[in-house]
Amino acid sequence: MTPAPLPSAPASGPAIELVDVTRRFVTPDAKVMTALRDFTMTVERGEFVCVVGPTGCGKSTTLNLVTGLARPNVGEVRVFGRPITGISPDIGFVFQADALFPWRSVLDNVAAGPVFRGMRKAEAHDKARDWIDRVGLKRFEQHYPHQLSGGMRKRVALAQTFINEPKILLLDEPFSALDIQTRTLMQDELLGLWSDARASVIFVTHDLEEAIAMADKVYVLTAGPATVKSVYTIDLPRPRVTAEIRYEPAFVDYARLIWNDLREEVQRSHNQASAAAAA
Amino acid sequence: MSSIIAQTLDPPATLTSPSEIEIAARHASRRRRQIVVAARIGILVAVLAGWELGARSGVIDPFFFASPSGIAEQIWTWVTEGTSQGPLWEQILVTMEETVLGFLIGAAGGVVCGIVLGRNRLLADIFSTYIKVANSIPRVVLGSIFIIALGLGMASKVALAVVMVFFVVFANAFQGVREADRAMIANAQILGASSYQITRTVIIPSAMSWILASLHVSFGFALVGAVVGEFLGAKKGVGLLISTAQGSFNADGVFAAMVILAVLALVVEGLITLVENRLVKWRPVPFDGH
Ligand SMILES: Nc1ncnc2c1ncn2[C@@H]1O[C@H](COP(=O)(O)OP(=O)(O)OP(=O)(O)O)[C@@H](O)[C@H]1O
Ligand SMILES: [Mg+2]
Repeated sequence: MTPAPLPSAPASGPAIELVDVTRRFVTPDAKVMTALRDFTMTVERGEFVCVVGPTGCGKSTTLNLVTGLARPNVGEVRVFGRPITGISPDIGFVFQADALFPWRSVLDNVAAGPVFRGMRKAEAHDKARDWIDRVGLKRFEQHYPHQLSGGMRKRVALAQTFINEPKILLLDEPFSALDIQTRTLMQDELLGLWSDARASVIFVTHDLEEAIAMADKVYVLTAGPATVKSVYTIDLPRPRVTAEIRYEPAFVDYARLIWNDLREEVQRSHNQASAAAAA
Repeated sequence: MSSIIAQTLDPPATLTSPSEIEIAARHASRRRRQIVVAARIGILVAVLAGWELGARSGVIDPFFFASPSGIAEQIWTWVTEGTSQGPLWEQILVTMEETVLGFLIGAAGGVVCGIVLGRNRLLADIFSTYIKVANSIPRVVLGSIFIIALGLGMASKVALAVVMVFFVVFANAFQGVREADRAMIANAQILGASSYQITRTVIIPSAMSWILASLHVSFGFALVGAVVGEFLGAKKGVGLLISTAQGSFNADGVFAAMVILAVLALVVEGLITLVENRLVKWRPVPFDGH
């Protein structure tokens, strides 16, 4: 990991900014639907931000705006101070669903990014072996994804993303399909990788405890259309062990405080859904 | 079959070590294969014997329905003395050449068009109507047009085989491209893939199982195209052999040509399966796989 910034990145200022962003969709029945409204968010360099909010409120949409896969209708998204034009090579994305290439071995999956970016195959494989080793899958290089467990596949996905050395890391409920024990292990692993890489992170989750255990800041979103309801700074010491930190009194206080806030929105989102179903 | 599965899953209590269980499982699966092969041969022998007996005793009229011995004799005559239109191998070669050429051209065209239209929504919207119309024409009718336009030689048969293959492969390739996982494409984009790299490393592999499935069927179609083309007018080929035999009320000849075609189709089918297994070795083995 080279902490020296590339010439493309100005040396100071926040890593990610969403400024008064609105994003609308045209639904299949030709109605306009607002997913994000007046959304403003800032992620400092090296900061770990978690985003929580009711289901369907617009969390994934927020991440897509930062990748450049989607454009805002109103407002501006900036990465390292520059408005987004296309997909930035500085960004890594870990998907909620399995997005590995099932026809490629673990080794070729992890080497995919560097090869796409023009690295020679042998060199990419060496680099990939190193990353596979770091996520503890040394014996599985030649396996295909369907021969791995869910937790192992997530490890491959992390290695596939980290090998590109992204300065900005976006994760969309990456661990939600895993059991509790595996999830805790993966959280610690991610924190370890992050503290080596010092990337700026947006981590979307519906699990409040996960958010508090990992984040520097927790953003609570409103029910859709999403705006930022409140922001909490999590002042817990690092390095953290996620399995243990949840028993700290300070952690429990944060959880109670933020849950009070989130509960209202979850309730509101639930009511909206029931109303829509009744209509 | 269920009893055999039960055997593999619940070995007798005397088998305790894993190696013993493995050996028992291997025995069971070999026994199962033997039973299947024996049953297949048994059915074939029974049908042929019944047919032959029926023909000899007069229950089946061999003039219309031939007889296994007559068919075998006819094939033997063709092999040793040649057919009325030249040596047998030449007929087979001509038909295979038409079939394989038609298959390759049709499949390549289908794959390319399927991928291009699958990747480009605008083109797909523009051309979809025309493709539907073209697809709804009974393709065998085109055979007559090809013979008028391209003559009695090989070109008209190849053309008919091409149209038989093209639409099947096209439809499958198109569908395969459309089914490609959105998250996987987005993942490749963010990892840094260009549009061409996405097509090559995501779209084509994920459409591959659709395309291969269509290749299995469409080789048979190519053969139909070539044979029907020869039927309609040709100087050589197995199809001509059939229509000649038909013209002289030689049922043995018609069946003999059919047997030859079936063997050809099976051999090529086996080859395609071999290629397929090499290409998609990443796929999970189906639970009941052989
Ligand atoms: N391509 C699209 N076309 C139309 N509507 C969309 C599209 N993508 C998302 N939406 C809508 O935007 C809203 C927000 O979606 P989004 O996927 O961002 O939710 P989310 O917060 O990630 O939900 P979850 O927690 O369930 O993943 C939803 O109501 C969804 O129906
Ligand atoms: Mg989502």
